[in-house]
Amino acid sequence: MKRIYYILIILAIANINICSKDIIVRPGGSIKSVVESSEAGDRVIVKEGFYKEYEIVINKSIELIGEGNPTIDGISKGEIIVIRADSVTVKGFYVNNSGFSGMRDYAAIRVENSRYCTISANKLVNNYFGIYLAGCNDCTVIYNEAMSNAISESSSGNGIHLWKCSNISILNNTITGHRDGIYFEFVTSSLVQNNSTFRNIRYGLHFMFSNGCDYENNVFTENGAGVAVMYTKNVKMINNRFENNWGANSYGLLLKDISDSFIYRNTFAGNTAGVYSEGVTRLNIVNNNFTANGYALKILGNCTDDTIKNNNFAGNTFDVTTNSSRNSNFFAGNYWDKYKGYDLDKDGTGDVSYRPVNLFSKIVEETPESVFLLRSFIVDLLDAAEKVVPVFIPETLIDDEPSMERVD
Amino acid sequence: MTTLKILKYVLYDVLRSKMIIIYTVLLFLITFGIIYTGRDVSKAVISLLNVVLLVVPLISIIFGTIHFYNSKEFMEMLLAMPVKRKSIFWAEYAGLSIALSLGFIAGVGLPLLIYGGDLSSLYLIIAGVLLTFIFISLAFLASVLNKDKAKGIGMALVIWFYMAVIFDALVLLFYYMFSSYPLQKATIVISALNPVDLARILILLKLDISALMGYTGATLHNFFGSAFGVMFALGFLMIWAAGPTMLALRVFNRKNF
Repeated sequence: MKRIYYILIILAIANINICSKDIIVRPGGSIKSVVESSEAGDRVIVKEGFYKEYEIVINKSIELIGEGNPTIDGISKGEIIVIRADSVTVKGFYVNNSGFSGMRDYAAIRVENSRYCTISANKLVNNYFGIYLAGCNDCTVIYNEAMSNAISESSSGNGIHLWKCSNISILNNTITGHRDGIYFEFVTSSLVQNNSTFRNIRYGLHFMFSNGCDYENNVFTENGAGVAVMYTKNVKMINNRFENNWGANSYGLLLKDISDSFIYRNTFAGNTAGVYSEGVTRLNIVNNNFTANGYALKILGNCTDDTIKNNNFAGNTFDVTTNSSRNSNFFAGNYWDKYKGYDLDKDGTGDVSYRPVNLFSKIVEETPESVFLLRSFIVDLLDAAEKVVPVFIPETLIDDEPSMERVD
Repeated sequence: MTTLKILKYVLYDVLRSKMIIIYTVLLFLITFGIIYTGRDVSKAVISLLNVVLLVVPLISIIFGTIHFYNSKEFMEMLLAMPVKRKSIFWAEYAGLSIALSLGFIAGVGLPLLIYGGDLSSLYLIIAGVLLTFIFISLAFLASVLNKDKAKGIGMALVIWFYMAVIFDALVLLFYYMFSSYPLQKATIVISALNPVDLARILILLKLDISALMGYTGATLHNFFGSAFGVMFALGFLMIWAAGPTMLALRVFNRKNF
């Protein structure tokens, strides 16, 4: 009789396994063992509560759903959730206290060599790395919140870290207190949209070798060194805000060796340097707002064929600075609040060309101490004299059609 | 007691003069005009910066010198009475400084206050008042050192020109010559050598903070942005007011009228 029961039970389980089933984990239970015993296609529902677990390895396509935001505490040991299968969903957890190691990059949620995974609506507190995607394609990271309390760059990890991925969507996440907010290396064709990163100790957004990615409607504020992007082609940055990144080495947006890219309708406000560009070619900077920055646009001599068009420069201490006496970039149609020309034919374009680089910014570039003389009478005098007969400032760095009104 | 009595008379005399009324009205019109066209108080403070740093010292030192020579007969008359020289000098200095400061506060402070001034406008007013005291003190020094009125006014003008323009040009030259040395600390010392620069930094740090935050700016900002730095700046401005006054008083005490 007993044997028949066993057979029936086994048959029943096997039967349900064919179609997917829901498995419920309650406080006191182990998510890890349930995940191990689940089958592909299952839904593991974790009820509200506190679970002290780590190294939960998901190697089959299941959905791991938290109901009422259950907390998984990694008690500072290793990784917490590791995904090594396609089409996995992790949703609705509080994931806290991953391990820290100088050797391995422990993450609260790690996804390895997978496709079609979704990480959504999780809150990650006090982890080394937040969400770590390595070798993934077609995944979505949405509505997550990552906060940590990084103290130094060497002892902290990134909020959302992507390595060697493609077609990833990073949407509506909030990241604070990490080393870099969002970090991309060798990532292609991805979308970063509606995220907010603030008060991270290094960069709000940091990417390298990540061609063909789009960044839209993100907000990067008060990060240690702003946003840094390097060695990349075909970047689109639209409608982002880069604000209040202050400090000796802080930039709203640092561009290094970027080419064929597009920066459109962004706002740079209250940064030490709004945009700092080095070795940048064929970049279009169009319709952006530069407001109340120390240096709105620092464009180094090795930048070529860039177009700076229809931007608004208002309330910046220095509008454009460069370290070269030549210019191979094109400026047109920008609004400069320091422009003193006139518009006789009333076509909205100033009749006198405008040179946005002033002598004093060049002096400060060479001897930074002289910033002490900012707004002194002698400096105004020198600037006025230089404007009339340019000797030191690049003669071709000139906006021939400055706009009289702010550009929309 | 006698000092206060003379002070009252000097104050009354100066406040009634046409010059101070013109000065106040001029400042008022400039400030009002700048705020009205710009419609932004913190931007207005930047524009007013040069007014405060150039016009206030100039008017103070010229008016101070002229006033001193003009009240020479009055002083000689008082000296014939049993009044201490010290009292006469202090009454003249305080009376003139207070009168011009009141003119400045009414001319610049009032419009700023009406349009909702912030912390930077407060610093602007404090700096303006201190500069008034400093340049009247320098005016008195120039006056007691020269018997001849024309020479005195000439000396006052040279002092103003040096403080407002030449000093900064020399500093710029200095920075260029020693650009390969670390000059961050030297900058703080240099700033203390000129009250106009000191006043400018004090106001600017409330305005252009982001620009000053380059790596030199950071030292400057850390220093002058701190409570100690503000105290340092205000302290040195007061020394700049007190120093020449004391010197002028010494000369005045031994002067043969």
